[in-house]
Amino acid sequence: MLEQKVILITGANRGIGLTIAQVCTRLGAIVLLAGRNDAQLEIIAEQLGENAIPMAYDIADEEQVKAAFGHIKQHIGRLDGLVNNAGAMQSAPVGMTRIADLRAQLDVNTVATFQHAQLATRLMAKQQSGAIVNLCSIIGEQGSAGQAAYATSKAAVSGMTKAMAKEFAPLGVRINGVAPGFIDTDMTADFTAGQREEILANIGLGRMGNTQDVADLVSFLLSDHASYITGQIIGVDGGMRL
Amino acid sequence: MSQQKLTAAFVHALGLTDDKVTDDLTYNTIPEWDSTAHMILIAELEDTFDIMLDTDDIIDMSSVAEAKRILAKYNVQF
Repeated sequence: MLEQKVILITGANRGIGLTIAQVCTRLGAIVLLAGRNDAQLEIIAEQLGENAIPMAYDIADEEQVKAAFGHIKQHIGRLDGLVNNAGAMQSAPVGMTRIADLRAQLDVNTVATFQHAQLATRLMAKQQSGAIVNLCSIIGEQGSAGQAAYATSKAAVSGMTKAMAKEFAPLGVRINGVAPGFIDTDMTADFTAGQREEILANIGLGRMGNTQDVADLVSFLLSDHASYITGQIIGVDGGMRL
Repeated sequence: MSQQKLTAAFVHALGLTDDKVTDDLTYNTIPEWDSTAHMILIAELEDTFDIMLDTDDIIDMSSVAEAKRILAKYNVQF
Protein backbone atom coordinates (compact mmCIF):
# COMPACT_ATOMS: atom_id res chain seq x y z
CA MET A 1 0.00 0.00 0.00
CA LEU A 2 2.95 2.35 0.62
CA GLU A 3 5.59 0.65 -1.52
CA GLN A 4 8.75 2.77 -1.86
CA LYS A 5 7.04 5.91 -0.57
CA VAL A 6 9.42 8.05 1.46
CA ILE A 7 7.68 9.09 4.68
CA LEU A 8 9.01 11.33 7.46
CA ILE A 9 7.52 10.60 10.89
CA THR A 10 8.19 12.94 13.82
CA GLY A 11 8.25 11.55 17.34
CA ALA A 12 8.93 8.11 15.90
CA ASN A 13 10.80 6.80 18.91
CA ARG A 14 7.78 5.80 20.98
CA GLY A 15 4.00 5.57 21.33
CA ILE A 16 1.83 6.39 18.34
CA GLY A 17 4.81 7.52 16.23
CA LEU A 18 6.64 4.24 16.71
CA THR A 19 3.57 2.20 15.73
CA ILE A 20 3.05 4.39 12.66
CA ALA A 21 6.66 3.70 11.67
CA GLN A 22 6.16 -0.04 12.16
CA VAL A 23 2.95 -0.09 10.11
CA CYS A 24 4.42 2.03 7.32
CA THR A 25 7.53 -0.15 6.96
CA ARG A 26 5.33 -3.25 6.95
CA LEU A 27 3.37 -1.68 4.07
CA GLY A 28 6.55 -1.11 2.07
CA ALA A 29 7.48 2.48 2.85
CA ILE A 30 10.91 3.94 3.44
CA VAL A 31 10.53 5.70 6.78
CA LEU A 32 12.60 8.57 8.10
CA LEU A 33 12.44 8.42 11.88
CA ALA A 34 12.63 11.87 13.46
CA GLY A 35 13.26 12.37 17.14
CA ARG A 36 15.74 13.78 19.61
CA ASN A 37 17.18 10.56 21.02
CA ASP A 38 19.77 9.41 18.51
CA ALA A 39 20.66 6.16 20.27
CA GLN A 40 17.00 5.15 20.64
CA LEU A 41 16.28 5.93 16.98
CA GLU A 42 19.27 3.85 15.88
CA ILE A 43 17.92 0.84 17.81
CA ILE A 44 14.44 1.28 16.34
CA ALA A 45 15.82 1.66 12.83
CA GLU A 46 17.77 -1.53 13.27
CA GLN A 47 14.63 -3.35 14.42
CA LEU A 48 12.58 -2.02 11.49
CA GLY A 49 15.16 -3.01 8.88
CA GLU A 50 16.92 -1.39 5.98
CA ASN A 51 13.96 0.79 5.00
CA ALA A 52 14.13 2.77 8.25
CA ILE A 53 16.49 5.73 8.50
CA PRO A 54 17.07 7.54 11.82
CA MET A 55 17.18 11.35 11.74
CA ALA A 56 18.02 12.83 15.13
CA TYR A 57 17.07 16.48 15.51
CA ASP A 58 14.97 18.75 17.70
CA ILE A 59 11.67 19.32 15.86
CA ALA A 60 11.14 22.59 17.74
CA ASP A 61 14.47 24.06 16.65
CA GLU A 62 13.92 26.04 13.45
CA GLU A 63 17.48 25.70 12.16
CA GLN A 64 17.70 21.99 12.92
CA VAL A 65 14.44 21.39 11.04
CA LYS A 66 15.75 23.30 8.01
CA ALA A 67 18.94 21.25 8.11
CA ALA A 68 16.93 18.01 8.30
CA PHE A 69 14.92 18.92 5.21
CA GLY A 70 18.11 20.01 3.44
CA HIS A 71 19.46 16.56 4.17
CA ILE A 72 16.32 14.88 2.77
CA LYS A 73 16.47 17.02 -0.37
CA GLN A 74 20.15 16.38 -0.93
CA HIS A 75 20.39 12.69 -0.08
CA ILE A 76 16.94 11.30 -0.93
CA GLY A 77 15.56 13.91 -3.28
CA ARG A 78 11.89 13.33 -2.62
CA LEU A 79 9.28 13.13 0.12
CA ASP A 80 5.95 11.37 -0.40
CA GLY A 81 4.56 11.60 3.10
CA LEU A 82 4.91 13.51 6.35
CA VAL A 83 3.38 12.55 9.67
CA ASN A 84 3.44 15.40 12.18
CA ASN A 85 3.12 13.20 15.22
CA ALA A 86 5.47 14.54 17.90
CA GLY A 87 3.58 16.33 20.63
CA ALA A 88 3.73 17.69 24.14
CA MET A 89 0.90 17.71 26.67
CA GLN A 90 0.86 19.51 30.01
CA SER A 91 -2.45 19.47 31.85
CA ALA A 92 -3.27 22.34 34.22
CA PRO A 93 -6.22 24.62 34.99
CA VAL A 94 -6.11 27.95 33.17
CA GLY A 95 -5.22 29.84 36.33
CA MET A 96 -2.26 27.55 36.96
CA THR A 97 -0.86 27.53 33.44
CA ARG A 98 2.37 29.47 33.01
CA ILE A 99 2.58 31.37 29.74
CA ALA A 100 5.96 29.70 29.25
CA ASP A 101 4.20 26.30 29.40
CA LEU A 102 1.59 27.45 26.88
CA ARG A 103 4.37 28.63 24.56
CA ALA A 104 6.28 25.36 24.98
CA GLN A 105 3.23 23.37 23.83
CA LEU A 106 2.61 25.77 20.96
CA ASP A 107 6.25 25.39 19.86
CA VAL A 108 6.11 21.61 19.70
CA ASN A 109 2.50 20.96 18.74
CA THR A 110 1.77 23.90 16.46
CA VAL A 111 4.85 25.78 15.24
CA ALA A 112 6.92 22.65 14.56
CA THR A 113 3.98 21.11 12.71
CA PHE A 114 3.65 24.27 10.61
CA GLN A 115 7.34 24.40 9.75
CA HIS A 116 7.51 20.71 8.84
CA ALA A 117 4.48 21.10 6.57
CA GLN A 118 5.93 24.28 5.07
CA LEU A 119 9.18 22.54 4.12
CA ALA A 120 7.55 19.26 3.11
CA THR A 121 5.20 21.01 0.70
CA ARG A 122 8.21 22.60 -0.98
CA LEU A 123 9.48 19.12 -1.87
CA MET A 124 6.01 17.87 -2.71
CA ALA A 125 5.22 20.91 -4.90
CA LYS A 126 7.98 19.85 -7.24
CA GLN A 127 6.56 16.32 -7.45
CA GLN A 128 2.98 17.62 -7.58
CA SER A 129 2.04 14.86 -5.17
CA GLY A 130 2.30 13.97 -1.50
CA ALA A 131 0.31 13.44 1.66
CA ILE A 132 0.62 15.05 5.07
CA VAL A 133 -1.10 13.74 8.16
CA ASN A 134 -1.20 15.97 11.23
CA LEU A 135 -1.92 14.51 14.65
CA CYS A 136 -4.72 16.66 16.05
CA SER A 137 -6.67 15.69 19.16
CA ILE A 138 -10.19 15.20 20.42
CA ILE A 139 -9.18 17.79 23.05
CA GLY A 140 -8.56 20.37 20.33
CA GLU A 141 -11.86 19.45 18.67
CA GLN A 142 -14.11 19.35 21.72
CA GLY A 143 -12.18 21.09 24.51
CA SER A 144 -11.40 19.60 27.89
CA ALA A 145 -11.41 21.25 31.32
CA GLY A 146 -7.88 21.49 32.68
CA GLN A 147 -6.25 21.26 29.29
CA ALA A 148 -6.80 24.68 27.74
CA ALA A 149 -3.18 25.19 26.67
CA TYR A 150 -2.99 21.79 25.00
CA ALA A 151 -6.43 22.33 23.42
CA THR A 152 -5.24 25.69 22.07
CA SER A 153 -2.19 24.14 20.44
CA LYS A 154 -4.14 21.25 18.91
CA ALA A 155 -7.13 23.30 17.71
CA ALA A 156 -4.58 25.40 15.85
CA VAL A 157 -3.32 22.25 14.13
CA SER A 158 -6.86 21.46 12.97
CA GLY A 159 -7.26 24.95 11.50
CA MET A 160 -3.84 24.74 9.89
CA THR A 161 -4.72 21.38 8.35
CA LYS A 162 -7.90 22.70 6.72
CA ALA A 163 -6.22 25.88 5.44
CA MET A 164 -3.16 24.12 4.06
CA ALA A 165 -5.33 21.46 2.42
CA LYS A 166 -7.06 24.19 0.42
CA GLU A 167 -3.81 25.91 -0.47
CA PHE A 168 -2.01 22.78 -1.66
CA ALA A 169 -4.85 20.87 -3.32
CA PRO A 170 -4.07 22.53 -6.68
CA LEU A 171 -0.56 21.07 -6.40
CA GLY A 172 -1.82 17.54 -5.77
CA VAL A 173 -0.76 17.53 -2.12
CA ARG A 174 -3.31 16.16 0.36
CA ILE A 175 -3.35 17.28 4.00
CA ASN A 176 -5.49 15.63 6.63
CA GLY A 177 -5.72 15.45 10.41
CA VAL A 178 -6.27 12.53 12.72
CA ALA A 179 -7.82 13.32 16.09
CA PRO A 180 -7.19 10.53 18.60
CA GLY A 181 -9.34 10.17 21.68
CA PHE A 182 -7.99 8.37 24.75
CA ILE A 183 -5.06 6.31 23.48
CA ASP A 184 -3.05 4.20 25.91
CA THR A 185 0.49 5.63 25.63
CA ASP A 186 3.22 7.19 27.81
CA MET A 187 1.36 10.46 27.48
CA THR A 188 -1.63 9.08 29.35
CA ALA A 189 0.30 6.74 31.67
CA ASP A 190 -0.03 9.02 34.69
CA PHE A 191 -3.85 9.04 34.62
CA THR A 192 -5.23 7.55 37.85
CA ALA A 193 -7.52 4.51 37.88
CA GLY A 194 -10.39 6.82 38.80
CA GLN A 195 -9.67 9.13 35.86
CA ARG A 196 -9.49 6.15 33.51
CA GLU A 197 -12.85 4.82 34.72
CA GLU A 198 -14.42 8.22 34.23
CA ILE A 199 -13.04 8.45 30.71
CA LEU A 200 -14.12 4.91 29.80
CA ALA A 201 -17.69 5.75 30.79
CA ASN A 202 -17.69 8.32 28.00
CA ILE A 203 -16.32 6.07 25.25
CA GLY A 204 -19.09 4.53 23.17
CA LEU A 205 -17.09 1.46 22.19
CA GLY A 206 -16.20 0.84 25.83
CA ARG A 207 -12.43 0.56 25.53
CA MET A 208 -9.37 2.75 25.38
CA GLY A 209 -7.76 3.14 22.00
CA ASN A 210 -4.36 1.73 21.18
CA THR A 211 -1.59 3.00 18.96
CA GLN A 212 -2.48 0.53 16.22
CA ASP A 213 -5.94 2.09 15.91
CA VAL A 214 -4.32 5.43 15.08
CA ALA A 215 -1.52 4.04 12.91
CA ASP A 216 -3.99 2.16 10.69
CA LEU A 217 -5.84 5.37 9.86
CA VAL A 218 -2.64 7.37 9.36
CA SER A 219 -1.20 4.78 6.97
CA PHE A 220 -4.46 4.73 5.02
CA LEU A 221 -4.41 8.54 4.67
CA LEU A 222 -0.80 8.39 3.45
CA SER A 223 -1.68 5.83 0.80
CA ASP A 224 -3.18 6.24 -2.65
CA HIS A 225 -6.34 4.57 -1.31
CA ALA A 226 -7.10 8.00 0.21
CA SER A 227 -6.36 9.90 -3.00
CA TYR A 228 -9.70 11.79 -2.91
CA ILE A 229 -9.53 12.76 0.77
CA THR A 230 -8.09 16.09 1.88
CA GLY A 231 -8.83 18.77 4.47
CA GLN A 232 -10.49 16.31 6.87
CA ILE A 233 -10.03 15.90 10.61
CA ILE A 234 -10.95 12.30 11.32
CA GLY A 235 -11.54 11.11 14.88
CA VAL A 236 -10.10 7.84 16.20
CA ASP A 237 -11.90 7.92 19.51
CA GLY A 238 -14.32 5.01 19.81
CA GLY A 239 -17.21 7.45 19.90
CA MET A 240 -15.82 9.40 22.85
CA ARG A 241 -17.53 12.47 24.35
CA LEU A 242 -15.71 15.01 26.50
CA MET B 1 24.86 29.75 -18.32
CA SER B 2 23.06 30.76 -15.11
CA GLN B 3 20.80 33.09 -17.09
CA GLN B 4 19.79 30.21 -19.38
CA LYS B 5 19.12 27.96 -16.43
CA LEU B 6 17.09 30.69 -14.74
CA THR B 7 15.01 31.29 -17.86
CA ALA B 8 14.46 27.56 -18.29
CA ALA B 9 13.29 27.29 -14.67
CA PHE B 10 10.74 30.09 -15.13
CA VAL B 11 9.58 28.62 -18.45
CA HIS B 12 9.16 25.16 -16.98
CA ALA B 13 7.58 26.21 -13.68
CA LEU B 14 5.20 28.87 -15.00
CA GLY B 15 4.51 27.50 -18.48
CA LEU B 16 5.76 30.61 -20.24
CA THR B 17 7.66 31.12 -23.47
CA ASP B 18 11.33 32.22 -23.24
CA ASP B 19 10.62 35.75 -24.45
CA LYS B 20 8.28 36.44 -21.52
CA VAL B 21 11.05 35.85 -18.98
CA THR B 22 12.58 39.31 -18.65
CA ASP B 23 13.91 41.15 -15.59
CA ASP B 24 10.69 43.16 -15.51
CA LEU B 25 8.43 40.14 -15.14
CA THR B 26 6.75 40.52 -11.75
CA TYR B 27 4.92 38.16 -9.39
CA ASN B 28 1.12 38.29 -9.54
CA THR B 29 1.02 40.49 -12.68
CA ILE B 30 0.32 37.57 -15.02
CA PRO B 31 -2.12 34.70 -14.41
CA GLU B 32 0.68 32.14 -14.78
CA TRP B 33 2.63 33.51 -11.80
CA ASP B 34 0.21 33.31 -8.88
CA SER B 35 0.86 32.09 -5.35
CA THR B 36 0.43 28.43 -6.29
CA ALA B 37 2.78 28.70 -9.25
CA HIS B 38 5.22 30.59 -7.04
CA MET B 39 5.76 27.45 -4.94
CA ILE B 40 6.37 25.38 -8.06
CA LEU B 41 8.83 28.04 -9.23
CA ILE B 42 10.65 27.94 -5.88
CA ALA B 43 10.94 24.15 -6.10
CA GLU B 44 12.21 24.44 -9.67
CA LEU B 45 14.83 27.06 -8.74
CA GLU B 46 15.97 25.01 -5.75
CA ASP B 47 16.41 21.97 -7.97
CA THR B 48 18.05 23.85 -10.81
CA PHE B 49 20.64 25.56 -8.64
CA ASP B 50 20.82 22.89 -5.92
CA ILE B 51 20.04 25.29 -3.10
CA MET B 52 17.50 25.63 -0.29
CA LEU B 53 15.94 29.08 -0.14
CA ASP B 54 15.11 30.81 3.12
CA THR B 55 11.47 31.75 3.68
CA ASP B 56 12.37 35.47 3.62
CA ASP B 57 13.90 35.02 0.18
CA ILE B 58 10.79 33.21 -1.08
CA ILE B 59 8.69 36.13 0.12
CA ASP B 60 11.05 38.68 -1.44
CA MET B 61 11.28 36.96 -4.84
CA SER B 62 8.86 39.34 -6.51
CA SER B 63 10.39 39.57 -10.00
CA VAL B 64 12.94 37.97 -12.27
CA ALA B 65 15.41 40.75 -11.41
CA GLU B 66 14.83 40.13 -7.71
CA ALA B 67 15.28 36.39 -8.25
CA LYS B 68 18.75 37.08 -9.69
CA ARG B 69 19.66 39.30 -6.74
CA ILE B 70 18.53 36.64 -4.28
CA LEU B 71 20.20 33.77 -6.12
CA ALA B 72 23.47 35.70 -6.06
CA LYS B 73 23.38 35.34 -2.26
CA TYR B 74 23.52 31.57 -2.85
CA ASN B 75 26.63 31.96 -5.03
CA VAL B 76 24.78 31.80 -8.35
CA GLN B 77 26.57 34.24 -10.66
CA PHE B 78 24.81 36.10 -13.49
